[in-house]
Formats: sequence, structure tokens, C-alpha cells
Amino acid sequence: MITAERKPMDEIMGMIDGCGRILLVGCNECVTVCAAGGRKEVALLAAGLQMASMKKGRALDVREMTLERQCDPEYVEELAPHIDQVDAVVSMACGCGVQEVARRFKKTPVYPALNTKFMGASEGPGIWAERCQGCGDCLLGLTGGICPIARCAKRLMNGPCGGSTNGKCEIGNDVDCAWHLIWERMKELGIEDRYEDVIAAKDWRTGRGNGPRKILREDLA
Amino acid sequence: MEQFEPTIVAFCCHYCAYTAADMAGSMRLVYPPNVKIIRVPCSGKVDTLHIMKALEKGADGVLVAGCLEGDCHFKTGNVKALQRVTYLQGYLEEIGIEAERVQMVTMSAGMGGRFARITTEFTEKIRELGPNPVNAGGSRLAAS
Ligand code: SF4
Ligand code: SF4
Repeated sequence: MITAERKPMDEIMGMIDGCGRILLVGCNECVTVCAAGGRKEVALLAAGLQMASMKKGRALDVREMTLERQCDPEYVEELAPHIDQVDAVVSMACGCGVQEVARRFKKTPVYPALNTKFMGASEGPGIWAERCQGCGDCLLGLTGGICPIARCAKRLMNGPCGGSTNGKCEIGNDVDCAWHLIWERMKELGIEDRYEDVIAAKDWRTGRGNGPRKILREDLA
Repeated sequence: MEQFEPTIVAFCCHYCAYTAADMAGSMRLVYPPNVKIIRVPCSGKVDTLHIMKALEKGADGVLVAGCLEGDCHFKTGNVKALQRVTYLQGYLEEIGIEAERVQMVTMSAGMGGRFARITTEFTEKIRELGPNPVNAGGSRLAAS
């Protein structure tokens, strides 16, 4: 999933300073799962903004909506009947959702309430960790299902570096060395002989190296 | 000046805190009438949003009362409740509301005396803190 965290309240309040009526828009997908921008977080932020402005003796009308998916135009369209009644939209989706709302509604400012972090997985309640950097040419098949791009601090294609100690990365004791994990996993799979195979230098054009990316499926377009 | 009478909302778990409140009643112990009790199945059922809504709607203080640590009927509901209260205290500070307005407390079902003492002390603390600033701002707004 795409993970995110709420921005500091000062920053959010600064962005909407001067607005009398805002539309707070959550998303039912990734940001709901990582407890950053689902229906509940929308309600919590609405209450917080409401209280902060009442404390200052200012009126703030906060309308709450949570879309099925904020990165799909079909769902973003549901905001259309409400958009003219507000001074700004505050989006609690990832950056993709914020941009979809901005693309559809040209005249209303859209502010992000979240900092979008990374593509990751849940390691337990309340813990999310980075797993994939969308390099566009997945090599998990060569590395025992552990991504050296997202999980090795140096993105080494042939690790480990000299800093790997007792399974931990040299950047910090709380970070697993990706290449140590890869080695352990290969041993478990009984394919440790493949560890010696040199992985060729990566062609980053499939990643961000070639500019913004797009997928076109002609059968669906 | 008239003494400020705070409104305190106390979310009390069914198995311990609520029974302790009951016990305080049977023991004829006095606790402040400011305290409005809401019975919940477990303190772990209390969501950050419930507490926020209580404050938004004008409560001056909120207590979340669960079983003693290790004694939760649902094992760790009280531990989770404490984590949520702590999270919410940080959030309140971010929006300029005193974190002390929300507090997690624990007690066993038999501790009627402790219930009466905690609610009395908490009411006193909130009285010293003064009205929920949201209410004050709200009345300024209504007057303007
Ligand atoms: S190799 Fe690329 S696509 Fe595969 S998990 Fe890593 S970053 Fe993602
Ligand atoms: S210690 Fe392991 S994970 Fe860290 S930079 Fe070196 S090879 Fe990568």
C-alpha cells in the first residue's frame, strides 16, 4: 500500500488560514489501512480544526467526505456538487489523490493534510515499513523475494557492503541488512549457489531515470 | 465570581471502573456531580474520536477509566486505551488545548474509594485549569 502520515497541525492550519468553509476529503483505500486518511482520521482532523478555530473565536465550517478512491476520476466527481460551496479542499489522500482533485477542480485550492511516505507493508499493528520503490523492472526473482532497492540503504545490486554486522545495516541497529536477509532466504530456499551470480547494473530508465512514467493498456483504453 | 463548575465525561469500563463507581454509591461516598459517566464494555473500546467529540461538544475534561494493569477483562484493552489517550494528548497540544484535560486512570471493581478520590481530584484539577478554551471561543463567536 501507499503509506502516509498526517502533517503537523500548525502546517495544516497555516494552509487554511483565512478559509471559512473547507471540504475535508479522505480516501477509503491505502490511507485508510495505514490509519492516516480514512473516514475516522477525517473525523478526527475535522474535530481538531473545528476546536482550534473555535478556540480563536473564529467560525470554521468543516464538511467531511471520504471517497472510495481519490485517485480515480469517477469517484473524484462526487465532490462536484459541493465544491462551489467551499473556500478550499483539504485532502487526506496520498499525493495522487490530492493531484486528482486539483486536476478536476481548477478554481478551488487543494491542500494536502498528509505527507505521503512510501510503498510498504504492515509489520504489525501500527508499524509500516518500506518494501518497494517501483523501479519498473522487478528483480525480486533474483533476490529471494527481498528488494535490495527499497531495503538496502545503498541500493546495492550485489551486496552486502562492508558495513553489514550481525544482520544489521550500518546505518542503524534497528535496520535489517537487506543483503543479509537475501542470503538467509536463499539458504532457506536451497539456492545459495545463485548468490554468487552477479546482477547486472540496473537500467534506471524503467524507474524515474526517463522522466515521469505512464502505463498505456490499449486493450482497456 | 461564581465558582466554575466543569463538565467531566468519564468513560468507565463495565467490569472495573463502572462497578467501582457503583461501589462508591453503595458505600455512600461522595463524588462530584460534575462527572457524567458513560459505561463502555472495555476501556479499549474508547476511541480517540469519542474523546475528541466529548471535548468538541463542550466537556472540560475527559477521564478514561479502566481495570488495573494486568486485570483487563479483555486482556490488554486498558493498555490500548492508555496508548490512545497518550496519542490524543499530543494531538490536543498541537491544536493548543491543554493535554491534562484528558487522563487515563485504572482501578479494580472494589475500589469505590479510589473512584471517588480520583474523580474529586480530577474535577478539582480541571476547575483550576478553567473552562475548555473551545467553549470560551464558541461563546465569543455566538456573541459577535
Ligand atoms: S525490484 Fe523494483 S519493483 Fe521489485 S520490489 Fe524492488 S523496487 Fe519494487
Ligand atoms: S549493511 Fe546491508 S543494507 Fe546496509 S548498506 Fe550495507 S548491504 Fe545495504
